[in-house]
Amino acid sequence: MNKIVKKRFFSENVVQFVVEAPEIARTRKAGNFVIIRLDEKGERVPLTISEADTEKGTITIVVQRIGVSTYKLAALNEGDYIHDVVGPLGHPTHIFKAGTVLACGGGVGVAPLLPIVQAFKEAGNRVVSILAARNKDLIILEDEIRKYSDEVIIMTDDGSYGKKGVVTVGMEDVIAREKVDFCVAIGPAIMMKFCSLTTQKHEIPTVVSLNTIMVDGTGMCGACRVKVDGKTRFVCVDGPEFDAHKVDFNEMLMRMGAYKEQEKEAFEAYKNALA
Amino acid sequence: MTDYKAERAEAWREELRKSIPAKDRTNLERVEMPMQDAVERRSNNLEVNLGLTEEMAVKESHRCLDCANPTCVTGCPVNVNIPKFIKKIEAKDFLGAAAVIKETSTLPAVCGRVCPQEKQCESKCFYTQKLKKPAVAIGYLERFAADYERESGKMSIPECEKPNGIKVAAIGSGPASLAWAADMARKGYDVTVFEALHEIGGVLKYGIPEFRLPKKIVDVEIENLAKMGVKFLTNTIIGRTITLETLRERGFKAFFIAAGAGLPRFMNIPGENANGIFSSNEYLTRVNLMHAADPEYDTPVIKGKNVMVVGGGNTAMDSVRTAKRLGAERAMIVYRRSEDEMPARLEEVHHAKEEGVEFLTLNNPVEYLANDKGQVQQAKIQKMELGEPDASGRRSPIPVEGSEYLVDTDVVVVAVGVSPNPIITSAIEGLDVDPKRRTIIVNPENNQSNISDIFAGGDIVRGGATVILAMGDGRKAAEGADEYLKSLK
Ligand SMILES: Cc1cc2nc3c(=O)[nH]c(=O)nc-3n(C[C@H](O)[C@H](O)[C@H](O)COP(=O)(O)OP(=O)(O)OC[C@H]3O[C@@H](n4cnc5c(N)ncnc54)[C@H](O)[C@@H]3O)c2cc1C
Ligand code: FES
Repeated sequence: MNKIVKKRFFSENVVQFVVEAPEIARTRKAGNFVIIRLDEKGERVPLTISEADTEKGTITIVVQRIGVSTYKLAALNEGDYIHDVVGPLGHPTHIFKAGTVLACGGGVGVAPLLPIVQAFKEAGNRVVSILAARNKDLIILEDEIRKYSDEVIIMTDDGSYGKKGVVTVGMEDVIAREKVDFCVAIGPAIMMKFCSLTTQKHEIPTVVSLNTIMVDGTGMCGACRVKVDGKTRFVCVDGPEFDAHKVDFNEMLMRMGAYKEQEKEAFEAYKNALA
Repeated sequence: MTDYKAERAEAWREELRKSIPAKDRTNLERVEMPMQDAVERRSNNLEVNLGLTEEMAVKESHRCLDCANPTCVTGCPVNVNIPKFIKKIEAKDFLGAAAVIKETSTLPAVCGRVCPQEKQCESKCFYTQKLKKPAVAIGYLERFAADYERESGKMSIPECEKPNGIKVAAIGSGPASLAWAADMARKGYDVTVFEALHEIGGVLKYGIPEFRLPKKIVDVEIENLAKMGVKFLTNTIIGRTITLETLRERGFKAFFIAAGAGLPRFMNIPGENANGIFSSNEYLTRVNLMHAADPEYDTPVIKGKNVMVVGGGNTAMDSVRTAKRLGAERAMIVYRRSEDEMPARLEEVHHAKEEGVEFLTLNNPVEYLANDKGQVQQAKIQKMELGEPDASGRRSPIPVEGSEYLVDTDVVVVAVGVSPNPIITSAIEGLDVDPKRRTIIVNPENNQSNISDIFAGGDIVRGGATVILAMGDGRKAAEGADEYLKSLK
């Protein structure tokens, strides 16, 4: 049982939680994630650790309400408990001195991006961050990202904040203007796919952090499998970060839709029960 | 070492033997296990075997001849004193029978249900060997004694020596760890069991289905361990959440690694990543650990109409029978060898057939075809024939060229084996690991690894093996760890 010590809404659908998890706070590194289970009947949900405080023994996670589990989680309050939190899982991000790093975050993908931006900055890189979302309300953690970036570009689909356009428009601008040595992209699978295509064109090494369906998160089930460089890999133990240019995004997108029908049904039932 | 001769000469055994002539004993028919009806049980998840009644158990015990040379014992990986416990049943001392089994086996109610008796004790029974008749139902009787004890409410909690304050840790909570923890607690150690998942029990919980091993039975064993002072910590991955080094710093003096063989193998054939294709681990974990078939629980599972399970082991049988229970109209086993080579327990194969599972033996999938949504629709299957015996002693399957055909399927479960989970082994520097099999290398005498405070056992040492062997390893490693810890003083 892990206690929620702080809750903060970034927007109607995006919530940040600070959760007691002293062992995980102590051993986690940028890029690691946890798996949580809300209650006895809950499913196991992977969430990236966006920050950790070793002294207070807490980790920070950010969730976007999209289905039953994330709605239930978002409904919890300070003082409530999450039944299970296990981690840190996955390989940490490989941090090194690259030169100029372009960090792209889409939607809630900005949360897992934050510790990576911080680590690249602290490793002495110039960091240009692009935060992209559908509209202004969905831009999160801007101040925190600014703290560790040399420059921050905001892109919104509707132009309600920053520049109008999708993330790749911002990327092209930066790439046209200066030499980019390395790129990190985290966000919805489709966004990462297009980020990857963009940097591939310009031959910029890129990593993406994949958010596939998972069950155990320890390499036991293969639910998270995805093809990278023609070989099947398990995202939870071999990843979650991979060379973007080698990921089979089409297969990944297809696999992420495996439970779409059931998820929709469950979500309808959940909303009806609340109504 | 047990002196079987001396025990057999004891007055009560002599008397029992004389009470019924051997000929009358051998004329008795082997007892039939009462079972749930095959059609009925397909729509529930309750245990298939119902267990022997007292009368049935006593009658079956009459078949046992109390042989001068009890060869059955040699067939048991942990050498349960089989004649003694069966004669206790004959004497109607059922609690006494359970106590005899527990001298060597930590989890008799589990082993009585899941051991491949037909390959172990029962294959070495005098009836099988010499009389060419069905063996004494040793497994059923073991289960009877253990169930009787549990249901009597007189389950004994083993006495523990005075706490010695020495902290020791088991990593993983499957049968190997449970056995190790029990013995270490008995010896007075302060035992903590660390488990990565949110439940204790390992494969007994996430793998083997309820209809074969009710979870309640495993839980009773875990509760008894807790009563003996064993501490359980779930959601803790050693090597990730806490490293072994940190545990050493926190005062743990010896370790038993029993992290199992949890990594599923796939066949790496085209189309295998289509939706609807699962590893058996994923399929069974969703249904057993996450209760995906129960609408009250959040985890989903795809229920197929035409379910194909690839493999011939226990895992394959458990998966295919689970599919039937989830409502599959057609549930098939696709296995590349013949039925004789199937590693599954014989009883499971029988049960699967009774439940209407089809067996496509000497068949092997070579490709999966999916629709535009990525959902598997068909499997391309190739026929096989048997060639010469391979390294495993089984005749190896050879593909028949040009024999491919298509089978409609919307759920495929791949149950072709597992290998050890590398999380723990790769987190310990200098640990001797078999480079190919990724198993931990131990001294077979005491299950000690090349690092003196680390012992290991169960599937992480053997690759996918059995519950009884895992349990036996746990017991041996407890002896080993005890000796090691005493040598430190
Ligand atoms: C579906 C299925 C059916 C089977 N049927 C039979 C049968 O009928 N009869 C039979 O004899 N055998 C059967 N087996 C095999 C048997 O279950 C195994 O041989 C046995 O469970 C192995 O026990 P173990 O203690 O080594 O490990 P496991 O039972 O595998 O338990 C290992 C545990 O360690 C945990 N773990 C792993 N890494 C870590 C870590 N780093 N930190 C903390 N915890 C960790 C895992 O989560 C797991 O819970 C079956 C197996 C399966 C999968
Ligand atoms: S989530 Fe199960 S193997 Fe990755």
